[in-house]
Parts: sequence; structure tokens; C-alpha cells
Amino acid sequence: MMGRQEVLDKVRAALVDVVAQEQDSALAPALGRGRSIAPHPAMTESIGASQAPAQDTPPQWEYGQPTAVHDVAELFIDRVVDYKATVERAATEAEIPALVARMLASAGALTCALPAGLDAAWIADGAAAGVQMRWDDPPLSKEELNTISAVVTAASSGMAETGTIVLDHRADQGRRILSLLPDTHVCVIRADQIVTDVPEAMARQEASLRAGLPITWISGPSATSDIELSRVEGVHGPRNLYVIVVG
Amino acid sequence: MRTNEKSRASATLVTPASAPVRRTPAPPAERMIDAPPFPENVKNYINNEQLRANMRHATHTIRAKRSAVAAELPNWEELRTAAEDIKNHTARHLDYYLEQLEANLIKNGAQVHWASDAAEANRIVIALVQAKGVDEVVKIKSMVTQEIELNEALEAAGIAAWETDLAELIVQLGHDRPSNILVPAIHRNRDEVREIFLREMKLYGKAAPEDLDNDPKNLAAAARLHLREKFLRAKVALSGSNFCVADNGTLVIVESEGNGRMCLTLPETLISVTGIEKLVPTIADLEVVLQLLPRSSTGERMNPYTSMWTGVTPGDGPQEVHVVLVDNGRSKVLADTTGREVLRCIRCAACMHACPIYERVGGHPYGSVYPGPIGSALTPQLRGFNSAIDKSLPFACSLCGACAEVCPVKIPLPDILVYLRHRVVEEKKRGHLGLEQTLIGFFGWVMSKGRRFGRFGTMAGLARRVLGKEYLRSLPSLGKRWTASRDLRMPPKSSYRKLWKKRARRKGGA
Ligand code: SF4
Repeated sequence: MMGRQEVLDKVRAALVDVVAQEQDSALAPALGRGRSIAPHPAMTESIGASQAPAQDTPPQWEYGQPTAVHDVAELFIDRVVDYKATVERAATEAEIPALVARMLASAGALTCALPAGLDAAWIADGAAAGVQMRWDDPPLSKEELNTISAVVTAASSGMAETGTIVLDHRADQGRRILSLLPDTHVCVIRADQIVTDVPEAMARQEASLRAGLPITWISGPSATSDIELSRVEGVHGPRNLYVIVVG
Repeated sequence: MRTNEKSRASATLVTPASAPVRRTPAPPAERMIDAPPFPENVKNYINNEQLRANMRHATHTIRAKRSAVAAELPNWEELRTAAEDIKNHTARHLDYYLEQLEANLIKNGAQVHWASDAAEANRIVIALVQAKGVDEVVKIKSMVTQEIELNEALEAAGIAAWETDLAELIVQLGHDRPSNILVPAIHRNRDEVREIFLREMKLYGKAAPEDLDNDPKNLAAAARLHLREKFLRAKVALSGSNFCVADNGTLVIVESEGNGRMCLTLPETLISVTGIEKLVPTIADLEVVLQLLPRSSTGERMNPYTSMWTGVTPGDGPQEVHVVLVDNGRSKVLADTTGREVLRCIRCAACMHACPIYERVGGHPYGSVYPGPIGSALTPQLRGFNSAIDKSLPFACSLCGACAEVCPVKIPLPDILVYLRHRVVEEKKRGHLGLEQTLIGFFGWVMSKGRRFGRFGTMAGLARRVLGKEYLRSLPSLGKRWTASRDLRMPPKSSYRKLWKKRARRKGGA
């Protein structure tokens, strides 16, 4: 706890010019800061520190704005393909089971982990084709998961401009470890979950983060350019990424 | 002060003769802060033709990718301005946001620790690891843990810290130091990597396959196997953070390989060490920095993986989460109303890849874990202007301005370097002539070895750029000596002067 006081004292001492400026300035009281300067409601009573800072350097930025994208689903697909992932578009949910089965077969998957809240219909064809399905209920151990070849998950949202899948690890997406250890990840995302870019997606994820859920952004399979800058797809994360865009 | 720092550091760094065998590969013995001044240090590295070729290839490739993806966003300049504003605002109220972050972390089940310097941070981490009764940890590449030399402190305490980023693994197994923030092993070619893997992996875990060739794909696969065993076994992981969101207690890590996700998910205990400058106020602010960072650093629209977590998530990932907030000189930087602008840095490495000096000499001669323009501007401020290397770093720059143009948080790096030259001179008036002469000789030499720098023209013009106008003005005796011996027809650098004036007007704006 000594460290705490020392660091805060040094930081406050370093900011005497800011304090002086604020005292000089008529602008001192909190002006609010876009949509988000107010401290989190849970904060105000718990910290007993200074009030929320005045917005002395307001960012000239409008948060949460969509970008001009003509067809988000198509752009998303283009960008995900750019990352060397395999993408298929399903017109309706009814096509999902056959596509999942085909992807598992093309990855040569013999076993497949499933989040406890996944729609069981999605994997019916794959199971019928002989892939051994392992529900994460009760939770699979990391040693077990390490021997399972694939995983099927839903998604929370997607970003078109960057070709990013967002997981917030609710029951249909599963614990973080589930989409990490198996070497093949099949991810099903609805077209209406895809937004234009980072700002719109961030706004959607805010509720998940406030609820304490972890978030993972996946933009293509894991990759490295660490040796002579030559790109290698697949290091520690899943080396094969398959995406089904529905609708 | 310096002796203090030295004895404290060596107490943790030097393994006594009676100590047991090391757990991890030993890095180079010499301490970075003891490096000779930059121009001399360069000579230890510049004759490595392989390094020069790799660096040229790397900087040019990444530079081209960066500008292509930055140009894709019509509002790139607005994003940079927004990031500058957000980070300035955070720094101006850092005490408030630190306490807010702490309260939210605690509310979400994390434990928060504060370290005012490197030794304290290392002590905290060692105690946390020892409390778990383990003698090894897996680790995500993190600049601040390199800065505080955590791995060596852990080693001295009998704890093995395994680097899991591919490049960091190459560096660690190669008994080496990173030469770059983003591509730490860029100074190694594929044959060297193969040799290192074959020789070292078996000493520290799963051996590389005997028939390993030099194909990067197979080298990466060898690393995957070597590390998978460590990931599954580890009880404790160490990480840094790219951003900490004050109003929710969320930490963010961006990465490419998935080693970060492994460390953040598999072990039971996660210890994240983070500099106090990594804060942003709100979740919404992430939309700005998470657009700028991947495009500026690797030149990708998005890096393969970004992880966000808020304390402990019941039933998912580590159930014991610690965050260590490290000052280690940052509050000292914050106190300097000009120098504090460097605290906006999000460690993207764009300034390095844009830098003509860095391109020619690589990262090692900077004698710091932070090389390139930001290294020259940050390191002496963090460590103080006491060592030979730290006094020389602000001069390791031709003031060409390429770094400031690409910096996603708009740090005016050339202005800060000129300002720091003043500080060097102020803090040690004597000896500047020797320094100035070495530097001029140095730049002539570097540039003649590399491609010609037509735009520098005469040596006098070069010196002017190197030393900066303000520097000359502040040293009348030096100026006189120069004008007496040389024809000083230096063309005015109007764009630079304009910048300087703008800076002066803005003074204290960080
Ligand atoms: S100073 Fe700017 S360009 Fe350089 S690493 Fe930091 S953020 Fe990137």
C-alpha cells in the first residue's frame, strides 16, 4: 500500500500545472464529455477521490458512428477471406447443419467441442457423419480440449471493414478456452449481427463488458510474421478458421 | 542516484557464483544502461550486413503496409486527433483515472498492486508467484516487463519465465535481446532461427524435431509444439496490457499468434503488469485506439486476436487476477510539461519503421528496450540523463520529421528530441563539444554506409539538422567556433521552424 500512496503523490505533484490552469479557468466545472465522461454509476460513491474531471481537452470525435458501407455482409465476407479463412454464406438457418458438416469434414475433424448453449440442430449432420461431438457440459478439461480437433460456436457480432468476428463468450459461444485449443474453429454468424466497423461494434459490446463478460476479437486464423517477415498462418490459436454467414 | 540505481539493479541481476544453474537461457551479461554513447554503440552493430539487409526489408515492407491501410480510412487524421485528445485528457487527470481503474478492478474481483519503481514491481510479482507455490510462469510479450527486467529478477528468485511470442522465444533461446518492439527477432534470419531451435529447445522443454528445416512454417510449428506443453502446465501467466479502461476495469491485449489468448485463458492465476500511462477513460475510447493501433503497427486492418477482460469471469479463465500498476519514472516524465507528450505513446512502432537512422542501425544501439525515435525521446526521460547512452540518445536523430507524420497519437517527436538536447546540455554543460563532434562524424559515416541522403547536402547542413537551431543558439561559444571555421550557409528549414513555433504556442498542452 505504500507504493500506492507514493505513486499517486508523485502523479499529483506532476500535475500541478493542470491544477493551476483549472483554477485559473472559468471552465473548471465538469462539462461532460461526449456520451461517456460521466463516471460509471457504481464509481461515484466508492472512490472518494476528486470528482469526474472537467473535459478540458474534449476529443473532437463522435463515438459509435457507422461508416459508409454498401453491403456489410458482403464486405465482411471479402475481408475474412482476405485473412485466408474459409467463408460460406447460408441463405437460411436450415442450411447450417450441412455446411457445418462439410467444414468439419474438410478440416478432417474427428472430434468436435460444443459450447453448452449451442443450437443442437447445427451439428446434427456432422454427428450423423461420424464426428464425435463433445458438449462442454460439464466443462471439458484443458487436457481433453487439447486432444479435440474442432469447435463450433456462434458469434456475438462482426465488423465488416476489418473482417472481425466478436465473441462475448455467452453460452452459445462458450468459454474462451473452447475456441482456442482445438485447431479448427467453425463460427456461425448471422448477417444482422454484422456492423460496419469498430465504432459501431464497440458500442454493441459495451453492455457485455459492463456485465463483466470477456471479449475476443478474431480476425482470421492466428498468424505470425516474426521470421523474416514471412507470414505463417497458424501458430498457437486455431490454424483453420471457417465462417458461416447466415441470411 | 545513479549509484543507488546501479547497486539495486545489480543486486537482482547478477547471479552469485554459488547460485544454482539457471532455469532459462541467460541474456547478454552487459546492462543496457551501461552501453557507450549511441554513435559508438552503433559501431558494434552496423557491420552486420545481415542485420542491415533485414532491417531495410522490414522497415520498407511495414512502412508500405502501414501507409496503405492508413489511407483506407477517410477519417484517419480525425482518429489521430481524437487519440491525442483522449490520451492528453487522461494524462491531465491521471490520478483520478488511476483510482477509478483500481476501484473497478477490485469491484470485478481483481487485486491491484502499485509499484513506484522497477525493484518494487519485481518484488510484488515474485511474491505473487511464490505464493502460488510454482517455479515457472508463461509470459506474453510486454514492453514494461522488459523495461523493469522482470525475467532476470524472476530467474534470480528461482522462477523460470517462458516467453511465448514466437519472436520473443527466438530472442530468449538465442541468449539475445529484442531489436525491435514489433518484430523483436528481425535481426535473425531463418537459418539462425533453425539453429537456435535445434540447439536450445531440448535444454528447456520439448525438443525441436531433428529434421527441422528453415521453412518459417515449420519453425512456427516447432514453436507451437514446444510451447503447447508449457501452456498446458503453467499455473501462472504474466502479461502487460495495451489499454486499461478506467471506467470499467477492463484490460485489453492485442496480438497475432494466440499465445496471448493461451496465457490469458489457461493458467489459474494471471498477473498483468502495466505502466500507469496505459489508461483510457471509457470503453467507448477503445473504438479510437483499436482502429489506430493495428493499422499503425503491423499495417493490418486488424490484428488476428484482441482480448478484453474485466477482473475475474466466474467459470472462464483465471480465477485469480492481479494488476500491477507501475510508475518507474513515468510520473517524472509527466511532470515535464513538454516531455510528457511521449506518455501518449501506444507502442505501435510506426515511428521506428519510418526512421532512416533506425533503418540503418537497428534497435540494439539505442541501449534500451525502447528503440527508435520514441526510444530516444522516452528512455532518457524515464532513466534520467545520467548515463552516456542516455545523454546521447536525443541526438540520435536527423530531425527529418518522418516519425511525427506517422505517429497515431501525434507525438511531435523531433520537437521533443530538440527539447531534450537542451536538457542534456543544461544538465551537463561540460563535454558538449566532444559530443557534438562525435555526432557529426557519426552521421557522415552512417549515411555514407547506407544509401545517400541527398537532402542533407553539406555536412554543415547535416550538423544543423542534427544539432537543431535552438541548440546552436543556446551555445554561443559553439556557434562562434563553427562560424569561424566553416561557411555556415545552412538553408532555413521553414517547415521545421513552423513546427517549433506551433509547439511553443501550445506549450504545456499535453
Ligand atoms: S511514438 Fe507514436 S509512432 Fe512511435 S511507437 Fe509511440 S505511438 Fe507509435
